[in-house]
Amino acid sequence: MMTDSAVTDASKFYVLDDPHHDGDHAHEPPTMLGFWIYLMSDCLIFGILFAVYAVLGQNYAAGPSPADLFDIEMILVATFALLFSSVTFGFAVMRMDHGDLRGTIFWLVITGLFGAAFLYLEYEEFSHLWHIGATPMASAFLSSFFFLVGTHGLHVTAGTIWLIVLLVQLSQRGLTPANTRRVMCLSLFWHFLDLIWIGVYSLVYLTGVLL
Amino acid sequence: MSTPVKGTGHGSLHSYLVGFALSVILTLIPFWLVLGDVMDNTAWAVVVIFTLGGLQMLVHIHYFLHVSLKVDEGWQVMSMVLTILLLVIVLAGSIWVMFNLEENMMPAHDQIERARSLK
Repeated sequence: MMTDSAVTDASKFYVLDDPHHDGDHAHEPPTMLGFWIYLMSDCLIFGILFAVYAVLGQNYAAGPSPADLFDIEMILVATFALLFSSVTFGFAVMRMDHGDLRGTIFWLVITGLFGAAFLYLEYEEFSHLWHIGATPMASAFLSSFFFLVGTHGLHVTAGTIWLIVLLVQLSQRGLTPANTRRVMCLSLFWHFLDLIWIGVYSLVYLTGVLL
Repeated sequence: MSTPVKGTGHGSLHSYLVGFALSVILTLIPFWLVLGDVMDNTAWAVVVIFTLGGLQMLVHIHYFLHVSLKVDEGWQVMSMVLTILLLVIVLAGSIWVMFNLEENMMPAHDQIERARSLK
């Protein structure tokens, strides 16, 4: 019995659940846990960038400080764009659970638009800073600022591209098991980026302007 | 046609709306503190901002990411706890060490003067 199942499982590339824990968990794909562990390693990257900013964030090298540079009202708008996109992604997942392809695509498009709005605001901010000479070369504060916020922005950019690709896949193939799995992975990624953004606006923008 | 992927909880409309409402409140308070220049004591304002930020992270983890002990036989929570442990070590360690380094390595003006008068 034991050797039998070991032989048949040998051709599989993934770990099957322990047969003793059958029932509800029998067909749980291991992809979600794998993707979650990737997110945790990404979380460590952001954690290190936060540590770098916390250490270097007040080394202005006689250059501009956060209070001179940051537009908090604009950051509030960007924060809400990202928060709305998180909730609309949740709506997309719920429509997907009901097997509603059109509803899923509709809410994913809305999510993408909020994500694009966030990226536009970040692009405006970065190009403004660049024009007034507040470049990463100006001080350790600005180096660590662009490194941290830029890495987050790159993640949102990658997520938006992924979203567009997923929309193409959904419109071509519908809610296949592979596509639902992809939507769930991107959902985790998207909510995770919103979570990181809480740290960014708390540490970089709000605390930066106060100190 | 619905093919549920059980690796993560999907949440209900209720959980998303509760999470959203809590997030709005926990976002608006710190921005209001800074934009309205509400608190005179900067140190306390920073403490409040980080506390509310931390609370909002918990709200996101529960209501949006649906992290739960039931998912993947607890491995999801297990990997998250390990990550948080590593983050606490890296963040607290870096800030603590670098703060002490700055305090002890950067001579203040009067220290330089004292050293000069020793000659």
